[in-house]
Amino acid sequence: MIQAITKQQSGSALPLSRPQLPKAPTGIQGLDEITGGGLPKGRPTLVCGGAGCGKTLLAMEFLVRGAIEFDEPGVFMAFEETAKDLTKNVASLGFDLDGLIAEKKMVLDFVYIERSEIEETGEYDLEGLFIRLGQSIDSIGAKRVVLDTIESLFAGLPNPLILRAELRQLFRWLKDRGVTAIITGERGDNTLTRQGLEEYVSDCVIVLDHRVSDQTSSRRLRVVKYRGSTHGTNEYPFLIDEDGISVLPVTSLGLQHEVTTDRIPSGIARLDTMLGGKGFFRGSSVLVSGTAGTGKSSISAHFVDAACRRGERALYFAFEESPSQIMRNMRSIGIDFEQWVDQGLLRFQATRPAFAGLEMQLTMIHKATVNFNPQVVIVDPLNGFIIGDNMTEVKSMLTRLVDFLKTKKISSMFTQLISSGATQGTDDLAVSSMIDTWLVLRDIEVGGERNRGLYIIKSRGMAHSNQIRECLLTDRGVELCEVYIGAGGVLTGSARLAQEAQELASKLTRKQEIDRRQIELESKRRALDAQIAALRAEFEVREAEAMKIIAQEEAQATQLVQERVEMGLSRSADL
Amino acid sequence: MTTQFAKPAEAYVLRLYVAGQTPKCIKAFVNLKKICEEHLVEKYQIEVIDLLENPKLAGGDQILAIPTLVRRLPEPVRKIIGDLSDTERVLVGLDLKRKK
Repeated sequence: MIQAITKQQSGSALPLSRPQLPKAPTGIQGLDEITGGGLPKGRPTLVCGGAGCGKTLLAMEFLVRGAIEFDEPGVFMAFEETAKDLTKNVASLGFDLDGLIAEKKMVLDFVYIERSEIEETGEYDLEGLFIRLGQSIDSIGAKRVVLDTIESLFAGLPNPLILRAELRQLFRWLKDRGVTAIITGERGDNTLTRQGLEEYVSDCVIVLDHRVSDQTSSRRLRVVKYRGSTHGTNEYPFLIDEDGISVLPVTSLGLQHEVTTDRIPSGIARLDTMLGGKGFFRGSSVLVSGTAGTGKSSISAHFVDAACRRGERALYFAFEESPSQIMRNMRSIGIDFEQWVDQGLLRFQATRPAFAGLEMQLTMIHKATVNFNPQVVIVDPLNGFIIGDNMTEVKSMLTRLVDFLKTKKISSMFTQLISSGATQGTDDLAVSSMIDTWLVLRDIEVGGERNRGLYIIKSRGMAHSNQIRECLLTDRGVELCEVYIGAGGVLTGSARLAQEAQELASKLTRKQEIDRRQIELESKRRALDAQIAALRAEFEVREAEAMKIIAQEEAQATQLVQERVEMGLSRSADL
Repeated sequence: MTTQFAKPAEAYVLRLYVAGQTPKCIKAFVNLKKICEEHLVEKYQIEVIDLLENPKLAGGDQILAIPTLVRRLPEPVRKIIGDLSDTERVLVGLDLKRKK
């Protein structure tokens, strides 16, 4: 990753590839990233540190992983522990040294030096050591060698001048042989190593540190020097656990996360509606803050449940409650975590934050995430990390955590307890700048009772509701419902119910009123119709009469004319 | 300074580890023979092991420095490194002389 940055910075579009120093990968989680590929191949590396820092372990892991993962057999030349002790000590890490030795992938050589048994009587050199080492290397074709710890020679052999000359010779000899070597040394007061080995081994120097601050211990690793290669120069925390060493590299050298536009549901239908209708962006970070007892964990439980239903894996980091307690509590709101745990989709990791230093916590989270590879991560709650006055460190740790999760496109949800005296919009940890979506659960105290309200302070990249919804924890899960804005302000809880009942009653009354009026109207219409019918009937009668009279008159008129004509005819008048 | 030379009670079995015919190794052998003839007389046995020819034998006696003289018998095993030019120290190392 570091090499990639270098290439980017070069800026040119030339396809020339720069020759990189050949490196021997260590296989140790995180160390290869820091060193840009591993230790320098064919050259000696110095690993120094105080007692109990993990030098022997680092060297041993380098060899074992080299033998198993990279097919490079190795020779471990031990000056301090016997072969049997070493084998026993690393067995707990799952390294089967006896097996590797039997397969000719490793040689474990214990060099015994006892000062009191040795008498110096003139000139000598360390050819014996060279022969032994050469013999071991040739017997299995080793490509890796560890000398742990070569400073024992200084304790054992009386003449430091001869020793120094021979050591110079040794490292030259190792380089000629082309083996990648790790030399371990004890930390000195003013020098890196007590005997000043860094003069001879100066291709790559790694310093291990184990310090205690505020009663918690933390382990750090630093690549002091790496000739011929860029490397991360900061101190990186690492931890030693049942799988060996894990180093936590700085994951974001630049804010280069890629994002998707996929949306995932929160598990609460009305919350999704408040979030522009579709839920959170995949790979975004969500902060749920609220005062005590407002339902933050319940909201994260829904999120997990929704993820598991989709068949995605979820990793739940619990810092306050044990997993069984969480599962029991969530059952009361109708969420069954056990089925997901049984199916392997949900994993809990519960520790007290005070158990280990911040860096260690981060490394453990990092490691668990890399191993389980979830799509959703919950951290519940964040507050446990604040011990004493370490706010800046907590913030730095959280920045790295959020960055790490985003780079892996893991959707994350953090819960945070805020003190009840705090005003809206503040957060103790000042993490809101890193968060994409911020939900706040708030107490609404009115009319002698406390109800919970939920609202969205921000949600980057989407339209979201600005309404406060009342948040109810029922046995069917978290339900959000409308908050009533009545004449007295925001109403929740029983006031809301009262208001709802009242509105229902008045609605009923109105309906009844409408019905009544309609009936009235109907009867008026009927009356009117009847009147009209009567008038019409009368009119028809009159009309019939009039028509009759008209007919009669016409008939008479015609008759008259007819009679005149007949009269005329009968009188034979001249017409 | 009075020195006491203890006469060896039993035979000495000595092993000299060398690496090829370097000047140091030759010198060590010569010195060894001289010391043995002087102080051990008949009761000694020298074995010369060349590690360039038999590298596997270096591990057995835990040899680091060349040349190394190992006194195998009488017990305990003692190791003397160097070309054996410091006779006094050799004798102390072989337990043939007590330091005052």
